[in-house]
Formats: sequence, C-alpha cells, structure tokens
Amino acid sequence: MDIRSHEFQPRAVAALHDTSLQQAMDKARDGFVAKRAVQVAELSEFEALREAAKTLKDHVLDHLDHYLERYEAAVVAAGGQVHWARDDAEARRIILDICKRVDARTVTKGKSMVSEEIGLNTALIDAGLTVVETDLGEYIIQLAGEAPSHIIAPAVHKTREQVSDLFEKAHGGPRLTEIADLVDAARLALRERYFQADVGITGGNFLIAETGSSLIVTNEGNGDLTQTLARVHIVTAGIERVVPTLDDATLFLRLLARSATGQETETYTTISTGPKPADDLDGPEEYHVVLVDNGRSRMLAGPFREMLRCIRCGACMNHCPVYGAIGGHAYGWVYPGPMGSVLTPLIKGLDAAYDLPNACTLNGRCASVCPVKIPLPDLLRRLRHEQFKQSITPRRKRYALGAWRLLATRPKLYHALERLAARALAAIGGHAGRIRRLPGARGWTEARDLPAPQGRTFLERWQTERGQS
Amino acid sequence: MSTAREDILDAVRRAAGREPLDSATRATLDARIAKPVRHLRPAFDEDLIARFIRKLESRSGTVARVAGRAQIPAAVETFRSAHSLAPRAAVGAGLKDLDWPADWIIHHQRAGIEETLSVSPAFAAIAETGTLMLLASPESPTTHNFVPDNQVVVLETARILRHFEDAWAALRERTGGMPRAVNLVSGPSRTADIEQTIQLGAHGPRRLHVVLVD
Ligand code: SF4
Repeated sequence: MDIRSHEFQPRAVAALHDTSLQQAMDKARDGFVAKRAVQVAELSEFEALREAAKTLKDHVLDHLDHYLERYEAAVVAAGGQVHWARDDAEARRIILDICKRVDARTVTKGKSMVSEEIGLNTALIDAGLTVVETDLGEYIIQLAGEAPSHIIAPAVHKTREQVSDLFEKAHGGPRLTEIADLVDAARLALRERYFQADVGITGGNFLIAETGSSLIVTNEGNGDLTQTLARVHIVTAGIERVVPTLDDATLFLRLLARSATGQETETYTTISTGPKPADDLDGPEEYHVVLVDNGRSRMLAGPFREMLRCIRCGACMNHCPVYGAIGGHAYGWVYPGPMGSVLTPLIKGLDAAYDLPNACTLNGRCASVCPVKIPLPDLLRRLRHEQFKQSITPRRKRYALGAWRLLATRPKLYHALERLAARALAAIGGHAGRIRRLPGARGWTEARDLPAPQGRTFLERWQTERGQS
Repeated sequence: MSTAREDILDAVRRAAGREPLDSATRATLDARIAKPVRHLRPAFDEDLIARFIRKLESRSGTVARVAGRAQIPAAVETFRSAHSLAPRAAVGAGLKDLDWPADWIIHHQRAGIEETLSVSPAFAAIAETGTLMLLASPESPTTHNFVPDNQVVVLETARILRHFEDAWAALRERTGGMPRAVNLVSGPSRTADIEQTIQLGAHGPRRLHVVLVD
C-alpha cells in the first residue's frame, strides 16, 4: 500500500468535516471502551497478566533467533514450509511464486495486517489473480476500494447506509438496509469463493515454536473457511510473532480478546499445524509460512524495541482522542492511531510520516491500556527527538524549539521574559480578560479566545504569598 | 550471496549484540519449551460443568444434557425438529456407531457447500471460558465446524477441563502428535463489523448446540 502519511494534516481536516465518518466514529468509540472496561473489571488477574506478558515478550525478543529456528524446524517436521522475507518486495515475490507454481486463479484472504503492510493485494491483482477478502469488514472496504481504518475493525468508519450502497452496487438490488440482511448477503456472496479458492492467505496472531503451529483468532469463522477449504494455505506473519509454547500463547490470548473487542474470548481460536495428513478428510494440501522482517530486526536493535511487543489488539487507538476524532485513514498508511504513529515512521522512514508522532497530546491513555505495557507516548516523544536530530522537523519549528531550549536552560532570563509577557498579555486582554486575536498565533485564536493572564507570573505570586504566611 | 534466512537471523543477533547463542543457553531455552513455564491463570471456584454451560450460553450457544451415549441421536433429533431442519447430517465418524434415525440421510465425509447440519465429537472443553476443543481427524473433520448453518457438538462431561493449559496437557499426552487443526469454539459465528452491532452467523454456523453426555 502506498504511504500518504505526509498528507496527514489535510486528511485530518477533511475527516473532521466528513459527517458519515463522524457518525460512524461516534458509534464505535464508546462501544470498544466500555466493553473492554467490563472485561477488565471482571478479571482480577488482569494487571498481573499484563506484567507477565510484557516480561514474556521481552524474553522472546532477547532470544528471537533461537525461537525462530526452533519454530522453523517444527513447521518442517510437520510437513510445512517456511519462507523468510527481508522486506515487503521479497514477501510479495515469495507469495506470487507459490501462487504461480500451483496455478492459482482465486485467492481468498482472512484478515492479515502483514499482508496490508506488504501491499499484497495489489501485487496479486496485477498478476491476474482474483483476490477475495473474506472478513466482513475487509470485504466492505475491498468493495469500496479503501484501506482498513482500524487494525481489528477495518470498516469501522463506514455507516450502515454506506454499506447498503456498496452492496447494492456489488450484488445488485433490492437495496438491503437491515444489518442482518447485509451480513447474510456477504455470507452468500462469499460462500462459493471459499470452495473455489486455490490459495487461502491468513495472518498469524502467534507462531508456536513448540509445535510449529500458527494460531489465529476470529469471530466470524472466515479465517477458518479460508485456510481449510483452499488447496494451499499461506500464513503471513512478522518475525516477532513467535512464542515458545502453547502455554505462552495462552498468556497473550487472555489479554488479546479482552483488550481488542472487549470479549472474554473470540469465538474461534484455531491452531494449524502443517498440511492435511493422508487420512484426514479436509485441510490444505500445502502449508506455507512467510516470516516477514520488513524493518523489525532494525527496530530490535534500537530504542524502539519495545514496540515489537505489540500484539495488534487495537486498544491504543480505541482509547486515543486523536484517532477517535479523525479515524484511521488520515494516518495515511496501514497502521493508524498510537501504535501506527510509532510503527509507520519506523517502517517507512522518519520523513515519510513526519506528522504522525507529532499528532499526539501525550495524554497517556494508550499506554495505560496497552496489554503489553508499551510506553507509546515515550516512544512518540523519542521519535520527535529523532526528527529534530535528523533535521526533519520543519525549520521554523526547529528554530522555535532551539530558542525555547536557550530560554529554558537560563532561568533568570526565562523569568524576566515571563514577567514581561504576563504584563503585556494582561494589557492586551484588557477588562474582558480575554484575547481574541494574538499575532503569531492566529491558528489558535481563530477558533477560541485565549484567557489572558492577570499581570503577574505564578512565581511572583508564589513568592509574595509564601512570604506572607 | 547470503539467504534471507541468514540475513534476518544475523540482524536479530546483531541487535542483541551477540553471536549465535552458546549451547548451554540453547539447552536452557529448549528445556523451557519441553516443560512450559506455568503462567498465572484466572482463579475460580465455580463447578466446572456449571461454568462451562454458563459461559457458552452467554455467547448464544445452547446445551442439552443427556444421561448416556445412547441418548445422543434423540437429542440431535430434538434440536433438528425444533429448527425444522431437513433430516440430513454430516456426522463425524467418531459417532458412527450410534443408532441414528433410519429415515435420516447421513454421511461421514467432509461438510460440503450444501450442508445444513453437522454432528461431531469434541476432544475436550475448557470451563474457564466455556470453549469446545475439536481436533481435525476423520472422526471430526474441520469443515463440520465451519461450513453448515447448524453445528452440533457432542461432549462428555468428564472431558470438561479447568484451564486452557489443562487442555494443552491433554493434547500432549495423546499419541500421534499435533492434529492438523485444533479448533477452539466458543459460540456460533458472529460479527460486529457493521456499526458494532452483533450479528450471528457471519460465515460460520448460525447455531451451536452442545449435547453434553454424563
Ligand atoms: S500498542 Fe499495545 S494497545 Fe496498541 S495495538 Fe499494540 S498491543 Fe494493542
């Protein structure tokens, strides 16, 4: 998928004026937050599990090479094949080669963020394959020709009316307006596709070294139909997805559904190991795993290593006031919200996504809900710092920050200027005590008044008042 | 030219600031795989059977209890006629020996696109979340769990375990290694992808019915 993160500002403004989007976001926001809160309140071990999950993931990252090797050996022992991809282009090539070799025409897909990350759909379609997204949300946005706007609810930005329009165009009339009918229509449209599919592609929430298995969770069952009915099953997953044992995967599963959809567990958790054995009646003839690096080993080396703990639950975006206001598309690439604002610059380059780390109030809600305790605001701050160091920050802002540092490190000068400013602003504010227009800060005062200071600084008052007591 | 595999593993090692792990560390990590670490598990004192039923029903599954194996076909027949389904079913070969009604059309193959009802045996269940565990095999094909509109699962009460970890232990004890698919099923298929409204029967079964055998 092409990156458009450099258009963040105009896209964010457009999103704020998009009434359908605002309607859809209003509905979604509170649902996710409230449902998660109920689940967390019901599990007294939740906090302890977060801490344990963080520790476990750090252990895996410390020994990632060994667990990957063990995982690979177990996949091969079960009759599957493992492919390694350094970057997105290599991952696409591997998958295209498999599709060509097995003479594939139709490819069904369960939801996979890695496949979005590597731009797989476009590559498959360009190669003449029919690609069918089977997750209802993904199916909707595929019909709309859009990218997902949320990592677990890809069509969260669409209203029911918009889905009705899309389905009417794709399936023909009569126009359906009830949610039950819309879900049925998608079910019917996709049914045959599962059975026709030559290749089924899914993600992998976890890869289990103990057994050489891939594990997916879904509510719809689409991922299972995809991977059971196609002749060939291909799993795409980042290298950080490996865990040592089934028991270790369980620790994360207890956090994942609760944090993601606010469920105790998703409806289906499936552990797949190798291709169909001779006696079995169903399952794919071939089983492949594509392990994708695409910037992850680079992340592992530096100060952003903690980001690799992410289990892609989406809680950070559900609790983010900025995401809640503008939705996911403004972020301009595959991963939106707080986790996306960290990942996008790291994978696509600091300058390709300048605005993302800056579009954050550092309110900290994301870090407080993250099931693996990723300090997202710290990482965002760190990215701003890197941008400054690499001179990616716009010149005006760099000068302003430089001037600020000059002041902030000289308390005497700082306080003198502060006293001056307080008096000047009080004078501008006049009787009303409000400033309607401030030269140099028009963008701010256009939408609201600035309350004027009362003429003396906090420090001045503190000193006099303490002096009195 | 180095392979992608070598490059990635090298990069991972460089990131950790070290060479490949020494054999002592490898042995420790392998031991950790052979004998999984015991993690914190949600504590509860509820009776396992009661909890399994309560949790499954909370996600729109239904449960019928019968006294013995011989009563299974009658329980399935009750479910079938309650929903006016055709007397046709894909029955897992693990339940072949039962006395199915003579006027039913049954087969023991995978579920095809027209299948409306399947009946298969569960390997175990997990009380913690009210979850069924089915293993892919000729006795219980995976398509039975996802293709038909109506999924009936037969479960013996003795097979209801406490936590997921107990189910993994049972899986490891079984001969023949990992089955191709382990399906953990916690209700009928559902989606909330349109306006966050929960709708059953997204792609998989619209109904999930458990026949619980004492
Ligand atoms: S950063 Fe944390 S909260 Fe956000 S998706 Fe990843 S695991 Fe979930």
